[in-house]
Amino acid sequence: MGMTIRTMMRDVLIALAPMVCAAVYFFHWFAVKQLLICVVACLAAEALFTRMRGRKPDLGDLSAVVTGLILGLSLPGTAPWYVGVIAAAVSMGIGKMVFGGLGMNIFNPAMVGRAFVMIAFAGSLAASGYVAIHMDVDIMSRATPLTAHKQMGTVVSLQSLFLGNTNGSLGETSALACLLGGVFLCVRRVASWEIPAGVLASTLVIGGVANLMDLSSQWTVAHHFLGGALLFGAFFIATDPVTSPLTSTGKWIFGIGIGVLIMLLRLFSGYPEGVMFAVLLMNALTPLINRLTIPRPFGGI
Amino acid sequence: MITGRFYLVFLKRRYQKKTRLRPFSGPGTFVHGVHPPQRKELSADAPIEIVPAPEKIILPLLQHVGGPCTPLVKPRQEVSFGEMIGRGEAFVSAALHAPVSGIVQKMAVTTLPNGRHLQAIVILTQGEQLEGQELWDQLFGGKWPAKAYQTLAPEKINTAIHAAGIVGLGGAAFPTHVKITPVGEKPIHTLVVNGCECEPYLTTDYRVMVEAPEVVVAGAMLAARAVGVKRTIIGIEDNKLEAVDALRRLAAGAGIKIAVLKTKYPQGSEKHLIKAVLNREVPLGGLPADIGVAITNVATMTAVARAVMRDIPLTHRVISVTGGGIVAPKNLLVPIGIPMGELIEICGGLKKTAARIIAGGPMMGFAFTDLRTPVTKGTSGITVLTHEEVRRVDQSVCVRCGRCVDVCPMNLVPTKLALASRFKDLNLIRRHSIMACFECGSCAYVCPAGLLLVQHIRTGKALLAAERK
Ligand code: SF4
Ligand code: SF4
Repeated sequence: MGMTIRTMMRDVLIALAPMVCAAVYFFHWFAVKQLLICVVACLAAEALFTRMRGRKPDLGDLSAVVTGLILGLSLPGTAPWYVGVIAAAVSMGIGKMVFGGLGMNIFNPAMVGRAFVMIAFAGSLAASGYVAIHMDVDIMSRATPLTAHKQMGTVVSLQSLFLGNTNGSLGETSALACLLGGVFLCVRRVASWEIPAGVLASTLVIGGVANLMDLSSQWTVAHHFLGGALLFGAFFIATDPVTSPLTSTGKWIFGIGIGVLIMLLRLFSGYPEGVMFAVLLMNALTPLINRLTIPRPFGGI
Repeated sequence: MITGRFYLVFLKRRYQKKTRLRPFSGPGTFVHGVHPPQRKELSADAPIEIVPAPEKIILPLLQHVGGPCTPLVKPRQEVSFGEMIGRGEAFVSAALHAPVSGIVQKMAVTTLPNGRHLQAIVILTQGEQLEGQELWDQLFGGKWPAKAYQTLAPEKINTAIHAAGIVGLGGAAFPTHVKITPVGEKPIHTLVVNGCECEPYLTTDYRVMVEAPEVVVAGAMLAARAVGVKRTIIGIEDNKLEAVDALRRLAAGAGIKIAVLKTKYPQGSEKHLIKAVLNREVPLGGLPADIGVAITNVATMTAVARAVMRDIPLTHRVISVTGGGIVAPKNLLVPIGIPMGELIEICGGLKKTAARIIAGGPMMGFAFTDLRTPVTKGTSGITVLTHEEVRRVDQSVCVRCGRCVDVCPMNLVPTKLALASRFKDLNLIRRHSIMACFECGSCAYVCPAGLLLVQHIRTGKALLAAERK
């Protein structure tokens, strides 16, 4: 035991390391730049907003660094610098501070920031925003695997999805890196394993059924699994303790809900990806889930 | 040392096999709970030492759950060892007896570690005292032929226990005669004797079981007769296999079963012990008697044997003085009412690194600073923690990680209880069955935000109680 908030956040940073490495490996200085912008902007925003509320900023709990990194990893390397800065400011300001700071927020701060810029700067963050031709990073000239599939019906090989040499948000491309970090988090019990288990199980079931109904499709359940932000979302975004339920049953419901929503969005909506909206939606349901899953006290009926 | 270790491994094997054969019907453990560092080795091998009568004894009039006693003595009156000096008027109350011979002083007010201010009888020791080996022989030595007492009427046993002022010595200090009085229509079928001592550091029950197994068994037989049960089970955690070994033959001879349980905190909680041994749940807000179980602690059994067979009231108890901040941790047989500071001196005093003095163990005990505070019937130990041993986590805010929920043995949502208490939200408090919390401290132990959950919950309970009035 002896776990503190600080050691929890430190473990999250360690777990994010594989993704950061993969991002830098595949996207070179685009990744370095985006991650740095987001982390620095989150730290600055946290310091600024805490001071505005008349408190002394406590950056030592590392939570702002974690939010910054997750935010950066969920953005494309192509996004211009001001997108990162604005997303960070919205994450910390609207995502966290208006609710009263760490522990009080309802929505995952990084996702709030990302949702905001996705709507405000649709051009930079819509499917086409990911594609940057004439860059010295080759994979960035391709469409992201999910978009490519949705719009053109092309299918990326499972091996690329697994290793990560595809286009996409910085942290999501390498399934391998997500799994490494995610399993570490669960083993350290910093993340509750029930949440990713719920997400993965429900994706597996729905993806499997969709797969069976349309056997000719090249895009199999395995592609759903390894492609896009599914693993990154399941292990790193959905498991944010503050915005997920308290009890084990609640965590299962939450995870399964996210998995179901992701698959519905991916299969039936106009968007190629659904992780962000799925997490935000389930965040909104968390207080209700908590209320419905009050455990039966020992000896109670 | 090494042979000792091998012997332990050997014992463990043997009892694990036994447990698999299921000498009892329960699962041998309970759901949730925590594993704090045991640190029992500090005092586990220290034989019980007999503390001589101190100059002064301070006896608060309420050392148990229930109504206070009425003093029967006046200042300057002479009292002798074992004389009743306070009577418990209410049914749920316990009499008080002089642990030394001496002269009664003026009444004093004393503050117990749990924060209660109480009137107390003060006795200045004088004259001939029952001390040393002689005292030990009276309290624990010699033969304990409990079989010879099996013809005694149950009421007789009960009266003797009542008159001796016996309360649960495990810490809760609930009057024993109440616990073993069969209530109305609810037949009691099993007596469970609690030898778990799950609180870290403390080794008093352990030493009593190892050094006076015969008295424990004798007391258990008498208590079983008093409640009228056929089945008696002693529950012991598997970190105390030497105690199991000491008790085994005697218990078998008396038809008493021993249940070896998994070491986990709070296994010694009544409800969780019953769950582990019998696989039954005491209903929420109910008592063990509701499911036909009487439950009491091993050290209490020695007091019962003494009261019934030797007519000696509860005047002394065994306590552990231990922790990293004590120079020489020991187990001591002490007169009730002795100032705790004197016991710390007997154990070589405090180390420079001592940071916190606790009456009881680190999980459920109460920190105190006044070394004149007396030992009461329910004091099972004095634990002195060093700076390193005190788990110091900077208090921040709840991050809703759910760790507290994952360990609460009562299956509550501690963070909600604490939050509701802090915001005085009575509806939320009620929805979460706050009264089921028995303040075991497991939630606070794991909280990464270092929140003082138990303190908050206590305030919440007080709020609810105030509102009910
Ligand atoms: S363990 Fe502490 S931080 Fe975690 S949910 Fe409980 S109270 Fe909150
Ligand atoms: S809520 Fe009460 S019973 Fe549950 S772990 Fe905390 S102190 Fe123990």
